[in-house]
Amino acid sequence: MGKLWYALPVVVALGLGMLFSKGLEMDPNAMPTALADQPLPSLQVERLDGSGAGSPLADVKGPALINVWATWCISCVVEHPFLVQLSEQVPIYGLNYKDQNDAAQQWLVEKQDPYVLNWADQSGQLGLEFGVTGAPETYLVNAQGRIVLRHQGVVDERVWNQKFAEYFPGVTL
Amino acid sequence: MLIPELGHFAFWLGFGLSLSLAVVPQVGSYAGWRSWMGSSIGLSYGVFLFASVAFGVLLYGFLTDDFSVAYIAKQSNTAMPWYFKASALWGGHEGSLMLWIWVLALWVALVALLSTHLPLILRARILSVLGMICVGFFAFTGVTSNPFERTLPNVPVDGQDLNPLLQDVGLIFHPPLLYVGYVGFAVAFAFAVAALQGGRLDAAWARWTRPWTTAAWVFLTLGIALGSWWAYYELGWGGWWFWDPVENASLLPWLVGTALVHSLAVTEKRGNFRAWTVLLAISAFSLSLLGTFLVRSGVLTSVHAFASDPERGRFILYFLGVVIGGSLTLYAARASQLKSFGSPHWFSREGFLLSNNLILVVGAVMVLLGTLYPLFIDALGLGRVSVGPPYFNALFVPLAVVLFVFMGIGPLAPWSRPDSKWIWQQMRWVAVGSIVAGLLVSWLWDQRLPVWTVLGIACAIWLAMGSLIDLYYKIRGNRPLERLRRLGAGYTGMVIAHLGVAVVTFGVAMVSGFVAERDVRMQVGDVQSIGGYEFHLKSLSVVEGPNWVADQANMEITKDGEFVALVTPQKRKYNVSGQIMTEAGIHNRWDGDLFVAMGEPLEGAWAIRLRIKPFINMMWLGAVIMGIGGVWAMFDARYRVSLGQRVARRSKGNAVHG
Repeated sequence: MGKLWYALPVVVALGLGMLFSKGLEMDPNAMPTALADQPLPSLQVERLDGSGAGSPLADVKGPALINVWATWCISCVVEHPFLVQLSEQVPIYGLNYKDQNDAAQQWLVEKQDPYVLNWADQSGQLGLEFGVTGAPETYLVNAQGRIVLRHQGVVDERVWNQKFAEYFPGVTL
Repeated sequence: MLIPELGHFAFWLGFGLSLSLAVVPQVGSYAGWRSWMGSSIGLSYGVFLFASVAFGVLLYGFLTDDFSVAYIAKQSNTAMPWYFKASALWGGHEGSLMLWIWVLALWVALVALLSTHLPLILRARILSVLGMICVGFFAFTGVTSNPFERTLPNVPVDGQDLNPLLQDVGLIFHPPLLYVGYVGFAVAFAFAVAALQGGRLDAAWARWTRPWTTAAWVFLTLGIALGSWWAYYELGWGGWWFWDPVENASLLPWLVGTALVHSLAVTEKRGNFRAWTVLLAISAFSLSLLGTFLVRSGVLTSVHAFASDPERGRFILYFLGVVIGGSLTLYAARASQLKSFGSPHWFSREGFLLSNNLILVVGAVMVLLGTLYPLFIDALGLGRVSVGPPYFNALFVPLAVVLFVFMGIGPLAPWSRPDSKWIWQQMRWVAVGSIVAGLLVSWLWDQRLPVWTVLGIACAIWLAMGSLIDLYYKIRGNRPLERLRRLGAGYTGMVIAHLGVAVVTFGVAMVSGFVAERDVRMQVGDVQSIGGYEFHLKSLSVVEGPNWVADQANMEITKDGEFVALVTPQKRKYNVSGQIMTEAGIHNRWDGDLFVAMGEPLEGAWAIRLRIKPFINMMWLGAVIMGIGGVWAMFDARYRVSLGQRVARRSKGNAVHG
């Protein structure tokens, strides 16, 4: 019996290995299926530029991206230049998540504004409707105004090519 | 123009030699062919030579802005100063692997050079195991992440610039130190596997392994401390440890490596804990590899953004399977032959070292669980969670307190014989004194008594006093200096390292308990006061660097109207990427930092973060002291005595002890 204990580490390692193997197959950025093919939320939220209230359902003309961002989010700084580049060809709507309006507006002046418009979701209520878990997050909306997929984390050229490019055939980077 | 190809060629030659190193001496060791075993030395130097050529070529490419190489074009830019061009080499995935390989090859060559006193068969097996690890890394880099790939024929005019977060002096040294540490555990691992193969694992084995393990531990300690320091002054929000998966990945091998350093002491001095020591040696390196896997496979999300890639992840996972699975299987088959005699009394030195080991390993398991828990929950289909600092702090802090209590007494306890009465007599007043001092320091500093801070300060004092009292008993009497010298560097190194831990603990306790923070809106002419200091925003200016432009706040700090310092926090905008970076303005004092960082620009003003961080420097000072203790211990004369000499000295009845 005593000898068997020495095999415990290799058994534990094996178990961890299987977990990692499964982890590799899972897309850490995959969207729970419950949200797929749902219509956009109709919650009314003040727009960031002060042009009154709007809702994603009413404002968004698909196909388009909805990008969740905030000035407190470090990864958003990294993502921003790519969004600016992308916005020349793809409409991007911003969900400014749990942020301060003046800071967010300053950010857009400083770093250029890739967004068609922004909802200022200070309370996080709209984020809740989307099921946002953090920033940045990007949703793909089709021409029918339904959510097609979600990406958690930074969108860069690689992510774009892997996940989004097929929905925007005319776009070249 | 063919220089990168030369590097690439040298790279694959290095792979070929590693393969030979992995196979030839290993076969020789079983067949008993001395020439095959002897070839391990030359092959080791060969691997190092070609790894150096490949590394050198890549470095040359960076320094000469050769943007025909894809990796260089992605990482570098002509406007960067030369030292950032050089460190940009390890700023990305491919290049950091190249650095890893070079460091590994360096260790291999050093082992080959310095192991002349080892029996040939053991030496051949150790180098062969290291060769196998080299094979894995060469193959991984060459197949999935070739740093020599060209952008021909469309060579970009200029590179994309290094991520500004990484354009920093801390990042020049942080990855190399960390890698030297990680890879250093490969040596302990190779020693362990070779010993399992031969079934020989005695005091001599432990003595050979100790300096290598200590060296790896020193580098890892300094690497982690430097990373923490960098996060503190570069990320701009004044934190120093975030329990981020990548930080945890470096903490895991450190915790297990620390346990290994102590367990090796018991194996060397008493011949005990052998199977446990071998398991720790295997685990320390396995966890280093696991860290690499977690960072680069994209299994976990982290602020340390390495371009992650499932294909690379798959490759590392198989490599991990071979290295860890293989070594642990060998362990399962052979470890029962490593006899240890009896279990130690828990109040003896062995007992304390064992409890220290258990606490460190439990700590490592907790960090591992916390890090992997989100993945685990996800794999079971239970949704997504993230485990934050509260979990880690709640579990880690009490564990550390228990560890420090044992650490204070441990060195006093004699080997084998429990002597609780004597220890109680020596330490009871120290215990009372430590608690009183904790309360006193805490109250005098801020008229508050946060429980964990008081306990932390008490632990630091307890630990320092315990080490010093032990030292006092060992050297009192006639000619204390002579006695001190005869104690040996191994012992004094330990005392120094433990004092370093006490210093770190004090720093952590003070800064966690008594940090003062204010986030305020300031415009030119405004004065804000915090913790007895007045911060006066004198002016704003625009400063230009080699590849950035910055808004700079010129902030004068005064105390009771007297000038203390002028700090200049900056908000930098990097020209190529357009990224914004925060450079904190920090005034260092022995009793703490005055920390000013610029937040977001407001209309006609700035959001400013003011922090007073008491004794935060102690954390890094303490880490350096720990490192010095480790280096000191490494140069203990006992480690340089070869086996033959040792036998001779023993037979003269002149056993060395300490």
